[in-house]
Amino acid sequence: MIFAIALILLVVGTVLFHFLSPWWFTPIASNWAMMDQTVDITFWVTGIVFIAINLFMAYCVLRYRHRKGLKAHYEPENKKLEWWLTGVTTVGIAAMLAPGLAVWARFVTVPPDASEVEVVGEQWNFSYRFPGKDGVLGTTDVRLASIDNPFAIDPNDPKGQDDILVSSAELHLPIGRPVKILSRAKDVLHQFAVPAFRVKMDMVPGMVTYFWFTPTRIGTYDALCEQLCGMAHFTMRGRVVVEEADAFQAWLARQPTYTQTRAETAGDAAAGRASYAVCSACHGQQAEGNPQLNAPKLSGQASWYLVRQLRDFKLGVRGGAEQDTYGKQMVPFAATLADDAAIKNVVAYIASLPDTHPAGTVSGDPTRGRAIYATCASCHGGAGQGVWSTNAPRLSHMSDWYMKRQLQYFQQGLRGSHPQDFNGAQMAAMAKVLDGEQGINDVLHHIDTL
Amino acid sequence: MAYAAIADRDHVHAEPQTFLTKYIWCQDHKVIAIQYTITAILIGLVALTLSVLMRLQLGFPHSFSLIAPQNYYQFITLHGMIMVIYLLTALFLGGFGNYLIPLMCGARDMVFPYLNMVSYWVYLLAVLVLVAGFFVPGGPTGAGWTLYPPQAILSGTPGASWGIICMLASLAIFIVAFTMGGLNYVTTVLQARCRGMTMMRLPLSVWGIFMATVLGLLAFPALFVSAVMMTLDSLIGTSFFMPAISSMGQPARGYNGGSPLLFQHLFWFFGHPEVYIVALPAFGIVSDLLSTHARRHIFGYRMMVWAILAIGCLSFVVWAHHMYVSGMNPYFGFFFATTTLIIAIPTAIKVYNWVLTLWRGDIHLTVPMLFAIGFIFTFINGGLTGLFLGNVTVDVPLSATYFVVAHFHLVMGVSPILVVFGALYHWYPKMTGRMLNDTLGRIHFWITFLGTYAIYLPMYYLGILGVPRRYYAYSDAIKFIPPSVGTMNKWITISALFVAAVQLVFLFNLVWSFFKGKPAGANPWRATTLEWQTQDTPPRHGNWGEKLPVVYRWAYDYSVPGAKEDFIPQNVRPDTLTPMGHAQG
Repeated sequence: MIFAIALILLVVGTVLFHFLSPWWFTPIASNWAMMDQTVDITFWVTGIVFIAINLFMAYCVLRYRHRKGLKAHYEPENKKLEWWLTGVTTVGIAAMLAPGLAVWARFVTVPPDASEVEVVGEQWNFSYRFPGKDGVLGTTDVRLASIDNPFAIDPNDPKGQDDILVSSAELHLPIGRPVKILSRAKDVLHQFAVPAFRVKMDMVPGMVTYFWFTPTRIGTYDALCEQLCGMAHFTMRGRVVVEEADAFQAWLARQPTYTQTRAETAGDAAAGRASYAVCSACHGQQAEGNPQLNAPKLSGQASWYLVRQLRDFKLGVRGGAEQDTYGKQMVPFAATLADDAAIKNVVAYIASLPDTHPAGTVSGDPTRGRAIYATCASCHGGAGQGVWSTNAPRLSHMSDWYMKRQLQYFQQGLRGSHPQDFNGAQMAAMAKVLDGEQGINDVLHHIDTL
Repeated sequence: MAYAAIADRDHVHAEPQTFLTKYIWCQDHKVIAIQYTITAILIGLVALTLSVLMRLQLGFPHSFSLIAPQNYYQFITLHGMIMVIYLLTALFLGGFGNYLIPLMCGARDMVFPYLNMVSYWVYLLAVLVLVAGFFVPGGPTGAGWTLYPPQAILSGTPGASWGIICMLASLAIFIVAFTMGGLNYVTTVLQARCRGMTMMRLPLSVWGIFMATVLGLLAFPALFVSAVMMTLDSLIGTSFFMPAISSMGQPARGYNGGSPLLFQHLFWFFGHPEVYIVALPAFGIVSDLLSTHARRHIFGYRMMVWAILAIGCLSFVVWAHHMYVSGMNPYFGFFFATTTLIIAIPTAIKVYNWVLTLWRGDIHLTVPMLFAIGFIFTFINGGLTGLFLGNVTVDVPLSATYFVVAHFHLVMGVSPILVVFGALYHWYPKMTGRMLNDTLGRIHFWITFLGTYAIYLPMYYLGILGVPRRYYAYSDAIKFIPPSVGTMNKWITISALFVAAVQLVFLFNLVWSFFKGKPAGANPWRATTLEWQTQDTPPRHGNWGEKLPVVYRWAYDYSVPGAKEDFIPQNVRPDTLTPMGHAQG
């Protein structure tokens, strides 16, 4: 009795949950509304079967539960009933399969007017490449990947010279225009998934995979990696901005071509020396850092990291939070560097300064810190040397008091919250792994020993 | 008949006399079955603990400093692998297969008892190598239970150096153990049935286990070769699965020309039949539980047997439905979606026939029966959502989300486990001579059944929203995931804690009843199949005493019209009954 009632309540509860659930597809922003429709059809067919069989089972349990004198009916087979059920099931299956395959036929047929965009995945970030004026993407070979050629474009392929490179995880697309996404991975499997577009595809090293869609709604949409790609998989995120064609073209025009990135010169240390005079007031003549002035050590830090931080300070991506007092102090100084060339010059000068090994100021439990550091090592390297491809700066021999403050900022959301700070957001997610001040002290004590 | 002669080889091995040969280094299928069962349950407890830890992280993120991201990924990997291979496969085939096949077929033992014994010890070795992964530098692999390369053997994934090697070695050893056991099960079913036991008189438990074993013998080699190839890629730098790649900004070890997709095809060529390696024994066993406790024949026996065979064959042509968005040629989608949905037809027939077995029955809601009906409910839910994921178009938005997690846990995690529980409540009396405690059994059932549904039903909807699986934590920066998802995750975790806790009640019951349980007698459920007709309970060495049983009827003569009792055992001679009972086949 109770069991039959429980089965009925479970069926009713499931149906209620289905209709009352606050969680359903995100509002669709692509042409694939028909995917949602096939889901709906499947829900109807399976929902009816779910209700019918379970209620019938509940009826059986209720009606045929053991009572004195009850005897089971003996009828080993009923061919007619069995064939009927098989037939009805086959019809139901066909009703779900046919629309599914019809939609799939569209999915595998890319419209001839679709524009191509390449998505590149690498532990743990996305970047993008558009074909330039020639409309053709240049060939790539992952063995050519380096900090100067992160897209691994073949420098001798004329078709690649005008390719437009987007090194941010934010992709812009024009509304109403079909787009074929070509995806590529440099290291391990990844996936480029935008829930609002419904479509997704794994990115597989050694091959180029594809899918297509047409963005139909202006807006900003989350892109996620949905194929386990290692320790920081859950922080691998991107963003797709769908906008009018004009705004899109304007955005695209701001992105550099491959030729332009190749032409970028390394900074001129001699030219940067003059600008560094401003910096030295706080960071020290040798960029050795000064805890009293809250200025971290800069010497020995990776140049690509310093360049990025200076740009971020200039753009307000860093130092924008009200309580980030010291970050805010840095903003006007970064603004004194007129352009990218000036930034590169001063960074080149810092790179020419001798590296030093500051004394540790944070004390914790280094054994525990060592265990915690296993997480950090995935991006920053086993020796805290920093890894350009994961966007992870050097940690060893840098100012530990500064790292402590930054970790606290990351935890409190004072750093890494700006929408354009994709790497900062990754670090913010990771900083949460540390349990309070004790965890920070422990791991920094270990980093001091590297 | 040749097979009966094999079944009757009572001098296959002498009755063991010492403690060592009786309980440890033992060739008796019943002891080996119990060894498999205990080992599988113990390693299953590890998997249960890991699931609790990962649920704690998801429900209460960052509250437990011992669960760092790499630990989380190690936990999900080992939880999945242990549950699928070392618990469910080992328990259904090594445990129930070993116990039931000779007894239900009317044989004295497996055909190759020595090989059978070695099979267990090699399985134990596989478990130990698996556990060793927890103690090597870097810990066990965190590549996900699918172990996809390249990440499984590259830095950036936890346990990419030692852990993955332990995992692959353990799998290879397991497959050796399974092959030794599997050849035994197949040969015994085919060659050692007692007189009168035709294939179409076999209980469905034996059919399910038999077909699952055939699948295993054909599917596991694909996993074996992929484990060997990945080990070589990792240790000596071959490139079976490794294309040219750059790892952490550096070219990786001269890898070139391999294919990550090749691994996925091999893995799922094993992996999909593996679903049925677990499901078919559950299908078979639950049929017998339903029939016995509903006091009614299984409905449509012949259709049930054909469905098992059809599912087994079809299970080899559906594997790439795990790879719709893997980047394989998308035209494969048409073929694999079609085969996948076709497999739903024989599966649906089985469900109908289970329910139709209850229909017009005399349903005794014993603890095994509760679990059996709980299985039907859970399996219907998990099976129907398979129609979403198998249909290629519908799969695209749902793949890699919590919808998948809910589906496969209900269909091949919870459903088979409910059958395992039902089967243990059902056959424990035969194995030990004592009944399991009924009250504890009911508590165990209700919390497990309702608790697991409370865990997985909401996950479907989180998946439809798009919440990705295999995420250590969900950043607030992901806009489309509202805070209500975090709240739901808390409730799911709380349900999971209840379900985990009640398993301890079950373990207690297993131990307590062994000493204090009510004496069972030979046939407490008044069942028809041969294992209940042994002279001794638990059956002694050789199972049948002097003479082998002779079978005169099918396994489901319950409530035969005109018969005095509501069951007629398979070995009852027709001429002792008036009027004659129905004999099938």
